[in-house]
Amino acid sequence: MRRLLLILPVVLFVILIGVLAVLTLQTKEGRDPSLIPSALLDKPAPEIQLAAVSDDIPGGFAGADLRGRVTMVNVFASWCVPCLAEHPLITRLAEDGVPVYAINHRDSAPEASKWLKVNGNPFTAVGFDPEGRASVEWGVTGVPETYIINAEGIVTFKHAGPITAKVLKDTILPKLREAGE
Amino acid sequence: MIAEIGQFALLLALIIAAAQVVVPMVGAARTDATLMAFGSRMAVAQAALLAAAFAALTYGFVVSDFSVSVVFQNSHSLKPMLYKVSGVWGNHEGSMLMWVLILAIFGAAVAVFGRNLPPTLKARVLSVQAMIGVAFLAFIVFTSNPFMRLDPAPFDGTGLNPLLQDPGLAFHPPLLYLGYVGFSMAFSFAVAALIEGRVDAAWGRWVRPWTLAAWVFLTGGIALGSWWAYYELGWGGWWFWDPVENASFMPWLFGTALLHSSIVVEKRDSLKSWTILLAILTFSMSLLGTFLVRSGVLTSVHAFASDPARGIFILIILLVTVGGALSLFAWRAPTIRGGGLFAPVSREGALVLNNLLLTLACATVLLGTLYPLILEAASGGASRVSVGPPYFNATFAPIMVPLVAAIAIGPLLAWKRGNLKAATVKLRIAGVAAGGAIVITFIAVPGGPILAPFAMGLAAWLAAGAMVEWGSRIKLFSAPVAESWRRLTGLPRAASGMTVAHLGLAIMIAGITGASAWRTELITTLAIGESAQAQNYSLTLQAVENGRGPNYNFERGTFLLTDRDGDTLLMYPERRFFPVAGQTTTEAAIKTTLLADLYAVIGESRSAQDAGQKWTVRFFINPMVPWLWLGAFVMVGGGLLSLSDRRHRVGAPRRKQRPVPGVSGAPAPAE
Repeated sequence: MRRLLLILPVVLFVILIGVLAVLTLQTKEGRDPSLIPSALLDKPAPEIQLAAVSDDIPGGFAGADLRGRVTMVNVFASWCVPCLAEHPLITRLAEDGVPVYAINHRDSAPEASKWLKVNGNPFTAVGFDPEGRASVEWGVTGVPETYIINAEGIVTFKHAGPITAKVLKDTILPKLREAGE
Repeated sequence: MIAEIGQFALLLALIIAAAQVVVPMVGAARTDATLMAFGSRMAVAQAALLAAAFAALTYGFVVSDFSVSVVFQNSHSLKPMLYKVSGVWGNHEGSMLMWVLILAIFGAAVAVFGRNLPPTLKARVLSVQAMIGVAFLAFIVFTSNPFMRLDPAPFDGTGLNPLLQDPGLAFHPPLLYLGYVGFSMAFSFAVAALIEGRVDAAWGRWVRPWTLAAWVFLTGGIALGSWWAYYELGWGGWWFWDPVENASFMPWLFGTALLHSSIVVEKRDSLKSWTILLAILTFSMSLLGTFLVRSGVLTSVHAFASDPARGIFILIILLVTVGGALSLFAWRAPTIRGGGLFAPVSREGALVLNNLLLTLACATVLLGTLYPLILEAASGGASRVSVGPPYFNATFAPIMVPLVAAIAIGPLLAWKRGNLKAATVKLRIAGVAAGGAIVITFIAVPGGPILAPFAMGLAAWLAAGAMVEWGSRIKLFSAPVAESWRRLTGLPRAASGMTVAHLGLAIMIAGITGASAWRTELITTLAIGESAQAQNYSLTLQAVENGRGPNYNFERGTFLLTDRDGDTLLMYPERRFFPVAGQTTTEAAIKTTLLADLYAVIGESRSAQDAGQKWTVRFFINPMVPWLWLGAFVMVGGGLLSLSDRRHRVGAPRRKQRPVPGVSGAPAPAE
């Protein structure tokens, strides 16, 4: 029994080294250690408060603004080409009456402001996040990314990457309906 | 030319270290005094050669020799001299060189100061220390050569990461490494004792000061790093439970446990196997930290130059050293017989509880740090999670509560068999202090979390308990003043050191409580002349000016802070842009009083058509934060006080019988 107890540290240690070795080898072959699925799913949206991009863009919002009805949060940046691609669909969603909030991710204010003026601003409010602080709280892994938040302020769905017409029809709209129930 | 000398010294050090593994070990096996004495000389030579290599690299940085690849990648001719020098260890290759240099210095210290160690133990310690040295020297020579040349030499360097150009961070790595690597001593002593098959009080007396010294450095290093994160990253936070932070915290937790269990080995000749295991585990946490920071398997806000190929090398080192040591432990530990028996309620018992709780705490942190990796590996990459502060706060704090509560009681118990009732009676004052602190906090800060007053009570309990113990040692108030004075002057410094370190912990707990429970945060945008309100303060942006530093341009805000009584204060936070690195850093403006930090950060500016330019402004009121650093400082002071104890300087008691040898180093008697 005592022997067994003495061997236990060795066994645990060797297992640990094995796990680390596998992951290190995978990292060598292109594993991205920063990739994390949304840790927020089925959890309350972060309470983080964001300032507005500039005075002529409606904005600044906090976690509390997302409660009371089904909302969406879209993470975008002016430097992000897929964001431009999905922008017309976001605009359509907003026109259909879904309040869409935006996190302006690692952007500069003049650029973001210009981008919204040129491409239209469908967002209920835009929060400025130049240092990616809110993105850390939200668990953003890349831009664009879109979250659905139900009336209780719980994150019910996350879509990474641009929204295409197919994604909109097959997942976003059903998920929005689900969140509303 | 100088770089080649460094390269040569490095290779020579590797060869000497390899010889140092074999010669003293064989000498100890044959009890051949000549071979064993060779070990000491090689340890000193190895340290001297690595010092020369380190000096050569430092020279490259100081004169900006960009033909050396590491200098090119991490320095720039326009950088202030302090950061040219700190650039030496601000990169992977240079910091590894510093790592092995410190390892060799510790080895040389045993060779030089270990005159009264049993010769076979000393020889084996030097051999084990050299085994670690060989592994890491080979790692440097084969995967991370700091003296690699570039041809043709570039015109100028690419600069050091601007975040690292900070006085706090210039000294953070050396301190941290002195701590990390300092635990190698305990490891080498543990492995040597296992080979020797003997652990006695003399062993404990030797391991303790080395562990204590490493602990002092590590405490200072972690505190400095945390302080840096606090004022440099501009988030107003001081600890993020980031994997890299945890990597330094885990050896600290085990090291703290080791510090306490080695007392039992020294004084009571008990808990030997456990202390040996702890010594091995403490250093393995240091090595694990080195792996996590440099392999790139985890992401971290404190990203280091990471490279999976190097990670594999470090893993092999880990497997051989720690796996070997643990196997040796499994094989030899049954031969180590414990000495003194003790009742559960006793000083030993209290120290066992301390060890159990600290080990549990370390296991919790280890699990939280590695769980995402284990889950990912177990699910074949399908499942990935991140473990953040909620997990650590929920698991770590509950373990700390009984620990802190017990710290006040433990020192009041006698060795072997303690009287819990008598200790509790003595602690009445501490109970009153705790109750008082709870009530006062509750009244003074009504709106905060309900647990915060109790945490303050715990801090008061610990502080008062430490003072009670100190008072009872010198019979304060219970004996005439002269008697107390006599006892005070006769008090071993190790005892006072303990009191001071425990007081430091109490101060730190108060700081942690205040900083996490009652913090106020304001994020807004302000144009020049605009104001915002945070608690009792009104913050006005008065002006923003641009200027140039030595190797950066800055934008500096002038904030006027007015409190309710109309008192005003000016604050000047900066944003610095480093053109060479193309990177921006924030320099928070911090006004500190003993009770709180006012913390202002100026963010990016933006123009709006009608309102002109506006700046993002972050303003924090961080109550009690200064106590955190003060507490760490006091803890380090306690450690140093204990380290200066006569017992450690004089060494083993048997030495007292001999005439005191000259400090200037009369030739040592044949070892």
